[in-house]
Amino acid sequence: MGLPLFPPGDDPGPDFSALIQRPEAFGTSPAGSGAAPLPGPGVTVRHATTVAALRYAEGVVMAGDRRATEGNLIAHRGIEKVFPADRHSAVAIAGAAGPAIEMVKLFQTQLEHYEKVEGVALSLEGKANQLGQMVRDHLPMAMQGLAVVPLFAGYDLRRGIGRIFTYDVTGGHYEEADHGATGSGGRDARTTIKLGWSVDMPRDAAIELAVRALYEAADEDSATGGPDLVRGIFPVVATVTSEGYQRAGDDEVAERFADLVTRDRRAERP
Amino acid sequence: MTMPFYVAPEQVMKDRAEYAQKGIARGRSLVASVYGAGILIVAENPSRTLHKVSEIYDRMAFAGVGKYNEFDQLRVAGVRHADMKGFAYSREDVDARSLANLYAQYLGNVFTHEMKPLEVEILVAELTDPGDGAQIYHISYDGTVTDEDLFAVLGGEADTISERFASAYAEGWDLDTALRAAVTALAGPDRTLGPGDLEVAVLSPSNGRRAFRRLLNDELARRLQP
Repeated sequence: MGLPLFPPGDDPGPDFSALIQRPEAFGTSPAGSGAAPLPGPGVTVRHATTVAALRYAEGVVMAGDRRATEGNLIAHRGIEKVFPADRHSAVAIAGAAGPAIEMVKLFQTQLEHYEKVEGVALSLEGKANQLGQMVRDHLPMAMQGLAVVPLFAGYDLRRGIGRIFTYDVTGGHYEEADHGATGSGGRDARTTIKLGWSVDMPRDAAIELAVRALYEAADEDSATGGPDLVRGIFPVVATVTSEGYQRAGDDEVAERFADLVTRDRRAERP
Repeated sequence: MTMPFYVAPEQVMKDRAEYAQKGIARGRSLVASVYGAGILIVAENPSRTLHKVSEIYDRMAFAGVGKYNEFDQLRVAGVRHADMKGFAYSREDVDARSLANLYAQYLGNVFTHEMKPLEVEILVAELTDPGDGAQIYHISYDGTVTDEDLFAVLGGEADTISERFASAYAEGWDLDTALRAAVTALAGPDRTLGPGDLEVAVLSPSNGRRAFRRLLNDELARRLQP
């Protein structure tokens, strides 16, 4: 690896994805180059499932369950699907776990790379667009059954609000008004949020609603994991506000679950 | 057939060095120093947007003096190198030593082989072990690298500023004391420098994964008050 300098007119600028495609800058061909043979339809790979996000008074809450499946098997009980994209945004993934996590890593590096090279961070819209381009580049793999569908949310520092973007496999991205969810249990999660959501919810209520959405999704969808009280595994819940990305502690998530269970039990009693 | 004039290699090198030194001396100087909890970098720079001090990676910072377009190009190359290395291997594998060596190679190469040497002096600062170790690499226009454990001064009047700063230096001093000493050393006896003339940044483990942070307007003014 030498010093990656480029002549003017041939400079990749702040685009990290373009940079790593340059053989003179990077010895090997990294992920996403499409050079590797695509797996056939008989190959089972790990899949990650339900993730959801909703707006609340201070920003957005994002949550994801912890289960990864391989066909009808549980491949991993503690996988994480919610990641900080940068200081003021979060990205969650559904779909083939391997390429999805690779995409998150590239996305995180891309955002930080842009910020360092240009001296200012991308706008939230710019970040959402970048992620869309990465999903679009992944389309050939998606056609082979290795789809990756992310969910992106962040705090827009210029507008002073939280914003949520959902994606499809073609890289199309759509801004959601108040909430969004994706993955195999995404529909159940979205319905739950839709019924419980209100304007300017406080933090606790928003986290509880996100956790409830995952709980309901796990109830209906075999590929989504519920809270695992035996092993102490709880969904990953994070908030993004003007203060930045912050992951809620396992204790807090466990507490919200306990509240939810107590209330449901009481409701069921005659 | 015309014969090219013979010029002794000593003379060529001397001319190039003089040329580079003249270019660097036109710009203003910069001080980097270790303090209690990290590394402080203070540059005399009236511009708010054309930075002399910047972030390279989680625990690494870059600073340059001399010709802006030349050291900025080196800065971007450093960010690229670090990000690619961290992406290919792991974030822990990115270190200042290898980057300093690459810079030295490149600067040395340009100095001996190109028509015009780069009119820059740069430094790469790194927090090593969490909480303690700090390393400052100082690379000059001809590719000479020196590693400093305590402080480094870059720019035209490096020697006099260095003398002034060394007399004030105290091991394990806090950020505010170090900052005021650096500003006094940069200003010299006849001038005073305010927050508007300075660009200040720190590498501190307390900032989390990305240790680099700029000290801006209000905070800088407050810290400069004795």
